[in-house]
Amino acid sequence: MARRAISAAAMDLSFSPEELAFRDEVRAWIKSALPPHLAAKAEMDAEFTHAEVMEWHKILAGKGWAAPHWPKEVGGTGWDAARRFLFSEELELAGTPRLSPFGLAMVGPLMIQFGNDAQKKRYLPKILSGEEVWCQGYSEPNAGSDLASLALRAEDRGDHFILNGQKTWTTYAQYADWIFVLARTNAEAKKKQEGISFILCDMKSPGVTAKPFLTTGGTPAFCETWFENVRVPKENLVGELNQGWTYAKALLGHERTLVAGIGISARALLRAKRNARDTLAGGRPLLDDPVIRTRIATLEVRLDALRMANYRALAGAKLGHAPGPESSILKLRGTEIQQGCMDLLMFLMGDNSLSWFNEPGVVPPREQWVAPGFNYLRAATIYAGSNEIQKNIIAKMILGLP
Amino acid sequence: MNFDLTEDQTLLVDTVRDFVKKESPVERMRKLRDTELGWDRAVWKKMGELGWLGVMFPEAVGGAGMTFVEAGLIVQELGTTLVPEPIIPLFVAGSALAEAGSAEQQQRFLAPALAGEQSLAFAFLEEQSRHDPHSVRTHAHPAGAGYRLRGKKRWVLNGHAADVIVVSARSDGGEASADGLSLFVIDRSLPGVRVQPVSTMDGQKAAMIELADVEVGADRVLGGVGKAGPLLAALMDLGAAASVCEASGILQTVLWMTRNYLMERKQFNVPIGSFQALQHRTVDMFVEAELTKSVAMLAMIKAQDPDPNERQRAISAAKASVIESGAFVTRQGIQLHGGIGVTDEHDVGLYFKRMHILATLFGDDAFHLARYASLPSFSANL
Repeated sequence: MARRAISAAAMDLSFSPEELAFRDEVRAWIKSALPPHLAAKAEMDAEFTHAEVMEWHKILAGKGWAAPHWPKEVGGTGWDAARRFLFSEELELAGTPRLSPFGLAMVGPLMIQFGNDAQKKRYLPKILSGEEVWCQGYSEPNAGSDLASLALRAEDRGDHFILNGQKTWTTYAQYADWIFVLARTNAEAKKKQEGISFILCDMKSPGVTAKPFLTTGGTPAFCETWFENVRVPKENLVGELNQGWTYAKALLGHERTLVAGIGISARALLRAKRNARDTLAGGRPLLDDPVIRTRIATLEVRLDALRMANYRALAGAKLGHAPGPESSILKLRGTEIQQGCMDLLMFLMGDNSLSWFNEPGVVPPREQWVAPGFNYLRAATIYAGSNEIQKNIIAKMILGLP
Repeated sequence: MNFDLTEDQTLLVDTVRDFVKKESPVERMRKLRDTELGWDRAVWKKMGELGWLGVMFPEAVGGAGMTFVEAGLIVQELGTTLVPEPIIPLFVAGSALAEAGSAEQQQRFLAPALAGEQSLAFAFLEEQSRHDPHSVRTHAHPAGAGYRLRGKKRWVLNGHAADVIVVSARSDGGEASADGLSLFVIDRSLPGVRVQPVSTMDGQKAAMIELADVEVGADRVLGGVGKAGPLLAALMDLGAAASVCEASGILQTVLWMTRNYLMERKQFNVPIGSFQALQHRTVDMFVEAELTKSVAMLAMIKAQDPDPNERQRAISAAKASVIESGAFVTRQGIQLHGGIGVTDEHDVGLYFKRMHILATLFGDDAFHLARYASLPSFSANL
């Protein structure tokens, strides 16, 4: 059970001088590279449009920093886990647009691991450059947490598949050029997980329809996507037939040291303190009120504890250890804290938190985007394996409960 | 950045683990809790011989010359079976001697304790102090070539048994001022030292100590007179850090004890661990225990940080965090055990009680959250 590692050096909580220099370099670069109109939105923590996200994607790609975690030979950076963490944290602290994960963090790494050379050559460069946008076809109306019961069929027609079915929560499918789907290729398999394949599909294919709908946060982030007799060439199968579930699962542990969103919450807490400083109650800044300070400190202390767990995971990854139990809690607690930050920001707004997309000036700019974020972030404990599913996994895999 | 143990640390942890398993199961603590002393002098001697008591103290005074990291690792392991020997009072009072004491004071008062021949206590709490180590009414009046001490100290851990007691006293400044405070080292046998033994909820003993015009020489002052304010704050942080480490051992134990119970206890013809409601609760306990393991490392690394702001930020974060985690894990540990969890014969209640002591000592959550929010780091970059 216990993972014992022996080190020659004493326990050390600090980043090395080289790592800190790297962080400073990243920080300075972000400051100079983030276009003023994006910086202005970042300042307000405003929601970025798809076009703005892609604009930032291309700037990062130009610098060679769009996919830090990819191997160097396909356009990655070769940074170790600590540098990738620092890079990600700096982006989060600066409030830059968050790049779409579906190409860079999902289908890209999956293809790198399981795809053939032709696929890597055809798709990876355009994922990296942002020339082609991807979306994810996993969930279905009747397959959410029980993803393996998915029903979208891919029928074998010799040199091609015919896809029929429906995907949902296909985030930003309306802007996507490509979708990767988990499709059922063997309805007779003994276990439902064994009849699933990983297939790439051009969104322009006849028979594909994506329809966006609004989230509670007021953004058209979600889509439903239908497939009606969609013809997909066989060469779009990644890896082997009926092995899709295994591939998708292998991706789950990917970049675990970044899922806590430490920088996101650190930025939100700083924002909370600034808002509390700039909001007067009875003529005095809210931040002077010990009750308010304690409320903020309570959350910040929780973030400190999580940051420490994240550092442990990071130090372990750097030394090549398998992920220990500390890394399994990062998504769970990280998303809870992210939501806690939004709760805090809403609370600090008081009556102003009633506001919903009003003209500038109704509430101060610093408060303009809190409510949409408060709503949208409810998704954080649901997406990427709901927190309840995470708990099921920990109960079985770590605690060994039946 | 590195959190792996060194070879020496691994060896140390293995030795302590082996000791608690073979020589100090919870049974031993159960037997001792009904005795006057509450712990065992022979075991204490052995801890001294093994080098645990001196682990964080200089070699010149008989210590091992290591750091609080090693002390924290020991305390964490001792927490797993509620080992009752007064090692936290030793680390705190001993640090006062090591930091501010002269070579002579260290030889006389610290060396015998590190060898396991004597034990120490740190008397800093008073009726009005409410976790603030600088809130001191006990007075030190100049008297002849020395001082006359008068005041009352409360909840002195191991005060009932300690041969040597480090006490805080004020010679100047207002009641809560950090200025004008001094530390004195006194023997319990001095005239005017009145010790009232008291029981604490965890089955251990402490003392209320009255200093009724205790006459001490100038050789009993640790460091300069009136200059102990910063050291007192540091000692309290060291105690808080040790509490965090012990709590970490407790939470790991309660987590796995509860998990094992869920596997063996059957209701409705199945192990109750197969129920999702209980599984998720156990995972919530796991998350808190795992975070506590992390903040224990934070406390170990930062407890002796020379920058007081760095130290206070880390220790307050760790202590506030562990109080919340500890309350959750030990309460749910009892809840998931059901009725048996509320019996004295089951161990889970003992861990619950000890956790309360650790949560309260050296600053509760209100104290540490308020302190955390008052530090410059809290308002940085605004």
